[in-house]
Amino acid sequence: MGQKRTVLDAKGRTKDNGMHLFRKATPALFPTGHTAHAGRLEAAPFGRSEAGGPEVSSFSLDNGLDVVVVPDHRAPVVTHMIWYRNGSADDPLGRSGIAHFLEHLMFKGTETHPVGAFSKAVSGLGGQENAFTSYDYTAYFQRVARDHLETMMAFEADRMTGLVLDDAVVAPERDVVLEERRMRVETDPSAQLSEAMAASLFVHHPYGIPIIGWMHEIEELNREHALAYYKRFYTPENAILVVAGDVTPDAVRRLAEGTYGRVTPQGARPLRLRAREPEPKALRRLSVADPKVEQPTLQRLYLTPSCITARDGECHALELLAEVLGGGATSYLYRKLVMELGIAVNAGAWYMGSAIDDTRFSVYAVPAEGVSLERLEEELDRILRRAPAEALDAEAIERAKTRLVAETVYSSDSQSSLARIYGSALAIGETIDEVRRWPTDIEAVSKERLSAAAERYLTPARSVTGYLIKTRDPDAPRALAAE
Amino acid sequence: MNLAETATRTATSPTQAQPVATTGGIEAWHVESPIVPMIALAFTFEGGAAQDPEGKAGCAQMLARLLDEGAGDLPSDAFQERLAARAIELSFHAGPDAIGGSLKMLLKHADEAVDLLALALAKPRFDPDSVERVRAQTLAGLRYQQNDPGVMASRRFFKEAFAAHPYGRPSSGTTESIAAITRDDLVAMHAQILGRGAVKVAAVGAIDAARLTEALNRSFGALPEAGPLRAVPHTTVQDLGRRVVVDLDVPQSVIRFGMAGVPWRDPDFIPAYVLNHVLGGGAFTSRLFQEVREKRGLAYSVGTSLVSHRAAAMTWGYTATKNERVGEALAVIGDEIGRLISDGPSDEELQKAKDYLTGSYALGFDTSTKIAHQLVQIAFEGLGMDYIARRNDMVAAVTQADIRRAASRTFADGKMLVVAAGRPTDF
Repeated sequence: MGQKRTVLDAKGRTKDNGMHLFRKATPALFPTGHTAHAGRLEAAPFGRSEAGGPEVSSFSLDNGLDVVVVPDHRAPVVTHMIWYRNGSADDPLGRSGIAHFLEHLMFKGTETHPVGAFSKAVSGLGGQENAFTSYDYTAYFQRVARDHLETMMAFEADRMTGLVLDDAVVAPERDVVLEERRMRVETDPSAQLSEAMAASLFVHHPYGIPIIGWMHEIEELNREHALAYYKRFYTPENAILVVAGDVTPDAVRRLAEGTYGRVTPQGARPLRLRAREPEPKALRRLSVADPKVEQPTLQRLYLTPSCITARDGECHALELLAEVLGGGATSYLYRKLVMELGIAVNAGAWYMGSAIDDTRFSVYAVPAEGVSLERLEEELDRILRRAPAEALDAEAIERAKTRLVAETVYSSDSQSSLARIYGSALAIGETIDEVRRWPTDIEAVSKERLSAAAERYLTPARSVTGYLIKTRDPDAPRALAAE
Repeated sequence: MNLAETATRTATSPTQAQPVATTGGIEAWHVESPIVPMIALAFTFEGGAAQDPEGKAGCAQMLARLLDEGAGDLPSDAFQERLAARAIELSFHAGPDAIGGSLKMLLKHADEAVDLLALALAKPRFDPDSVERVRAQTLAGLRYQQNDPGVMASRRFFKEAFAAHPYGRPSSGTTESIAAITRDDLVAMHAQILGRGAVKVAAVGAIDAARLTEALNRSFGALPEAGPLRAVPHTTVQDLGRRVVVDLDVPQSVIRFGMAGVPWRDPDFIPAYVLNHVLGGGAFTSRLFQEVREKRGLAYSVGTSLVSHRAAAMTWGYTATKNERVGEALAVIGDEIGRLISDGPSDEELQKAKDYLTGSYALGFDTSTKIAHQLVQIAFEGLGMDYIARRNDMVAAVTQADIRRAASRTFADGKMLVVAAGRPTDF
């Protein structure tokens, strides 16, 4: 626990944890890869072949609040989460970062509870709390002993409409967010490359804008912007309550009705206005060149359907394809580029399926000493072209399925993971049934579907290729220096 | 009901740990929990990066990374395929004083997992191509982090704080030291550290004592006795009062600061831990969080923690602020430490810290893997299997007199060693 955060990073403490960046099976090179995993790799807690699993139940309150209850009776503890169906991709034009800034400001007190009262109550009860913002949702959570669930609900329901902001707290919190951006991006060339690649991949859709916002726009965000955004999105009909833990659905319903149930609805769920990404036509290339870079890297993004925009199970095929191509030391890319050719020290792939709109599929490689990024890219492309014929043997597919399905059992060991899986799925419009069916759907993906997905989506016109390279001239224009 | 009570009466509770011993002398702490069909195993061997040979910093870490790169008759690719085919998650890591590992498996694949663990521990191959691959990965990792302000600040901090001591060397090595490590170094270190007598094990999950005993025999029983470890002399943070800049062209400086500490095994650890919570512990309510972040917007992250190595302990802290505000941030931090030295926490503040620490303790045991890792840490520290059951009472008993004693042992006169990586303008 600790600091408020975006989904980009767990704790925002030291970055020293990245010691194993170049270890196989580590997608941590890419801050947004974290989102992909939180969303899908952990998704669906129960394999069909594994024992039972919790009977997840759901219902809605009269004011439109959706409620999900995930039983976990191993300890008398609950995870209480409230999810709002708005994230950075819903930031108004020119106000990037407002969803995330508001998430910070939500800790600044209400008419009923002055600043700090909620956090003091949580810590006084021995609880833990945090919040995070992603592209498609914003969520707040506390972990407390079962008996304190109602207290948490009362505080959180109060904060749904009662937020009070004055400039004396808004201004320093904006400085906090600016420091957060300096820490995550302004001091880190690889984060700058990730931002530039997303901005290039999404030529029209707001997924191209960083969750935390652009520096110059964060600097201009103010109290009025925050309150206007808050009034638009923080309503019961836009929220999902997820309670995981040692509780019954009846008890949750009773407590929720007495707290959240009293919040006045707006009458309709706020609309999300999302531009649709056009069919891509142009292969794009870019680079970030910085004197601080001592280890070049190669990254590639492809525009693909998400689990919401995909048809006919294509997202399950893409999920499995990422695992076959780039999930760990037995994956196709690692085998070819690292083990056989020895031109890379690491290689992998990931897919961010958990998204409302068209999303990203990534492959990446870290060159061995003395290997140029150009040569590495050439080999990568050669190998990817052969993937439909070479990578998809029955054993490799089976291995990838086993790993993905096992992940669902492993995540059912964690109450917080369960709450996150259901919350994030519902926040983007998936159903509980879809979450539960996920392992079965993964196991049903055929070799033909994998091959078709690779041929259809891993194409040059859908791609952005990024180079992270060193420049010795700090004044050279960054975006051009590599070409 | 308070969370403090929950640890004693739950289905998957670390306080229900039972000792399991094999006839071969391997002992483990065991929590049986049949609800999720998986097993988490954690283990740790005495001896880590502080044992790295002279000029070969990073040897223990390379050794840890090579244990799953082929063992017995299985070369690296075959070994990895066997793990992946059953979704067995096996990993090793090296700390300053230990090489530890973690094994996560589905219940139905437990036999295969235990067999592979046994091979990795006792018969790693250290094939030349694997050694070179891991060396290349390690070097690439070092290059990747070479100008990362957080990594640079931490490395420099340890180098200054523990100069001429093994703890002052980077556990991930340097480009020169990694290049100097030979296969013989790795083989020798493996024989020295991965021995039967020096291992602590914890197991949590859907496995009963009889089956665990058998699994322990198979996985650890074939290990030889470990070789003698080099003595690591006790040391403390040096150069208190000094400030060091690592020059880096970035708009924000990453700051590390440190003072004396109290080791986990010391009777004053718990008071020092409570004091640390008041100053910069992990809640939004800590003094540094309030003064540095909430009131002044100086930083996104700020906090302190207690570091307890075998032969050194310290209080150390972290923050990051734009170059122009480094002096201000350090002044605020120094003032808060000064106020704690002169006035201590208020009675209410102390009570709230104790309430939080006792109440939230059980939240750290919410997955099988976390329970296993905590148990093995406690075993490694020699705190006894009843530590988890006793710990909240020790926290609750902390008095203002205890806090004053802890403050004088940790903060002393308030002087710190400070390292800033960036271009601080007033430092």
